[in-house]
Amino acid sequence: MTVVKTKIGRRSFIKKSTLAGGGLVLSFNWLESCKMTSEEVSTLPKEWFKLNGYVKVGDNGLVTIMSPNPEGGQGVKTAMPMIVADELDIEWKEVIVEQAPLNTELYRRQFIGGSQAIRQGWNGLRMAGATARHMLKEAAAKTWDVSIKEITTKTGMLHHVSSNRSASYGEMASVAAMVPVPEEVALKEIGDFNIIGTSQKNVDGQNIVTGKPLFGLDTYKDGMLTAMIVHPPAFGMQLKSMDSTAIKSMPGIQDVFSIKVLDDDFTRQHFDTCAFLEVVAIVGKSTWEVMKAKKAISVQWEPIESYSEERQPYRGPRQTLTIPAGLESSEVHRKKMSEMTTRQSEVVRKDGNPELAFKNAANVIERTYTAPFLAHNCMEPMNFFADVKDGSAQLSGPLQKAELTELTLANRLGIPVEQIDIHMTRLGGGYGRRSYANWALEAALISKKMKAPVKLVYTREDDMTGGIYRPTYQVTYKAALDSKNNLTAIHINAGGIPESPLYADRFPAGAVENYLAESWTLNTNITIGSFRAPRSNFMASAEQSFLDEIAETIDKDPIEFRLELLEKAKNNPVGEKNDYDAERYAGVLNLVKEKSDWKSSDASLHRGVAAYFCHNSYAAQVLDVTMVNGKPVVQKVTCALDCGIVVNPDGAKNMAEGGIVDGIGNALFGELTFKNGVPEKSNFDTYRMIRMSEAPKEIDVHFVKNDIDPTGLGEPTFPPIFAALANALYKATGKRYYRQPFLSEESVNA
Amino acid sequence: MAKFNLKINGNIQEVDVDPNTPMLWVLRDHFQLVGTKYGCGIAQCGACTVHLGDNAVRSCQLPVSAVGDKAITTIEGLSENGDHPVQKAWLEVDVPQCGYCQAGQIMTASALLKKNPSPSDAEIESAMDGNICRCGTYTRIKKAVKLAAVETENS
Repeated sequence: MTVVKTKIGRRSFIKKSTLAGGGLVLSFNWLESCKMTSEEVSTLPKEWFKLNGYVKVGDNGLVTIMSPNPEGGQGVKTAMPMIVADELDIEWKEVIVEQAPLNTELYRRQFIGGSQAIRQGWNGLRMAGATARHMLKEAAAKTWDVSIKEITTKTGMLHHVSSNRSASYGEMASVAAMVPVPEEVALKEIGDFNIIGTSQKNVDGQNIVTGKPLFGLDTYKDGMLTAMIVHPPAFGMQLKSMDSTAIKSMPGIQDVFSIKVLDDDFTRQHFDTCAFLEVVAIVGKSTWEVMKAKKAISVQWEPIESYSEERQPYRGPRQTLTIPAGLESSEVHRKKMSEMTTRQSEVVRKDGNPELAFKNAANVIERTYTAPFLAHNCMEPMNFFADVKDGSAQLSGPLQKAELTELTLANRLGIPVEQIDIHMTRLGGGYGRRSYANWALEAALISKKMKAPVKLVYTREDDMTGGIYRPTYQVTYKAALDSKNNLTAIHINAGGIPESPLYADRFPAGAVENYLAESWTLNTNITIGSFRAPRSNFMASAEQSFLDEIAETIDKDPIEFRLELLEKAKNNPVGEKNDYDAERYAGVLNLVKEKSDWKSSDASLHRGVAAYFCHNSYAAQVLDVTMVNGKPVVQKVTCALDCGIVVNPDGAKNMAEGGIVDGIGNALFGELTFKNGVPEKSNFDTYRMIRMSEAPKEIDVHFVKNDIDPTGLGEPTFPPIFAALANALYKATGKRYYRQPFLSEESVNA
Repeated sequence: MAKFNLKINGNIQEVDVDPNTPMLWVLRDHFQLVGTKYGCGIAQCGACTVHLGDNAVRSCQLPVSAVGDKAITTIEGLSENGDHPVQKAWLEVDVPQCGYCQAGQIMTASALLKKNPSPSDAEIESAMDGNICRCGTYTRIKKAVKLAAVETENS
């Protein structure tokens, strides 16, 4: 048993809700059409008692657990309450899960991002359950007039053994609600978990398979209008003028006007990226009517001048960014990036004497890898609901960073944060895109102008051409080998438009005596943002493909070669600051080696391996390709993952499988190119997405078993699979893949 | 504008709209049947799949005027209590991640199984290839379709 403090300084992890009605009851019912069955209604308690912001106990013993973070497919709405329930000591089937409202007083970090929900929520969620359990025990102790030390719990029951008294949580709930939150509380031993570590099904499964309105796009309110925007057709363009007279008289159209999304002097937060500062809004009664008007509108655009914007990044001091004028093309991007290959860039890390090692090398291998801009392509297009009134606003929609979006809305609308009520709907995918909520601002500004509730809907085309892309990257790796084929130096020169992908302190840093990492960036007016495992999603691919090529050159097994490097990093690390734990890194490689039967003698299998550390977790993958009718087919992926304690194993496997399929899809097909500022793809007819027939026929996920607190899961399986695929394709086709998407290279015709 | 009497999930319902309005928007905007999803608007992603008679169709490309007296079934009407074998298999395999595409996947899969109660892997892939799952749950979708096929056969 571990006793922990429920407060750190003045900040309490566990608070009772102080708002009237607990702040948990929304002023209007968003999901009114989500009717409960009569069976569900008959089992509901007559009264709920709130023990803290996470736990409500009903008089009949049912427990409601609030899931603090928004759900976008990561499974947190199931996994986070499981952690609370385990410490509360209640049967999982007695738990009802509710999406918590945005409330920065009650909850911390209500974000989707960085694979951090479980990792950073872990202690707080355990404490929430343990605190509620403690309060129930105290209620029983008071009621029975015995010491709390003599009270035990077992799955929703309180016991006092010596007097043979028992009561359910429900019976003690009303007394427990009056007990003050304890200042310290005992947590379970890891070995005593009985919900954490068991597979529980998605709590929203039934609602999803029956088509219930869960998503932002499903929001409906009486009197609601539908809005769409028209944004410039190219990056580097802005609104000049429009002629809306003809479309204003079209059926159902209520108004057409332009809105300034951000004022010129608006100080942006990290996630306030916005490519098109002024857009045209078309508001009407129904979606189809607005879509028709959108097609008919005549708008004139003009090139932008270069401008600068004030920005307060997520970390570090305020910056002034210069946004260049001009209509950019991918061809020019590629040429400019290629010129950077030989240029000296900013040195981010240097160990030993790499110049000398390269001078004395018997053999030097140099390879350059590139990857294009990518669009997130969430299946639910960007959308948001807003009902802005004088001095207050009710909003609803899919957000990854609702608490930051709220601040931006408050600043832009001039409404105090306390008067802004945001309902976080389920996200039809996020992958980083919904951290950047320019569409929430647009919806709010349109509602303000219309003085009516408005649902803003992006068409797929608006979504795909609206910016916030994964940047385009390039890296050149150079390896020095001595006459005995020892790896003596690594040189990395990495950059991108407009962001560098370099993580200088990651493997193989620490494992190579002489190491040099350089970084560069080129600016652009094309907007970028986080995309599942930012930067890692490119670096893993290049690094792990390069290591494969070195291993081949020196005639070593690719897994053994990596293990040797990790052994060195573990026993005799180079440099002061290496991000990773070499032993855990080697652990996933050893596990994947065993589970994939790496030494298999099946000659029809072309196998590639890769491993990567990111988001505090370790993933290793073996990907098997066979040639079918002359084309490579991905048969199986074996994945080993070390993400500490796994809360919901089958849910975690689902997430790992998703990262693998997503990675294979983006590696093969993902690409957004530009010509004169115009994105060259705008829908799924040209932007190729992976489909069922192209996904691996089998995915086999294994977790390293340990007692380490949970680490990231949503992202870590995504980056290495690019390289596992490239390395397997090489075995199948004899061709190395340096340029993503791999299918853009002529020799592949899958 | 024109009036149409549509048979949706077993009920005749009237709507007065532009005859070109895709069924997707009739369902979502006029009947609040929002289980049918908008994904691309050009029949490339399958999120809007409904049944027209026994056929899986993309409702974003189906004008209301083309429906006639054919029955439309949406995810809300696939079963009374959410217990269609395909829905049950989806829950058993715990398929969804974000869940946005899943109604369309289920409608495509249920139409496939009606025509072909025990499809091969290749037949499943061929039928399901029009439905994009951005979260990448394809291996689970395939497993659930096979499970539903077995359950249907045994029932």
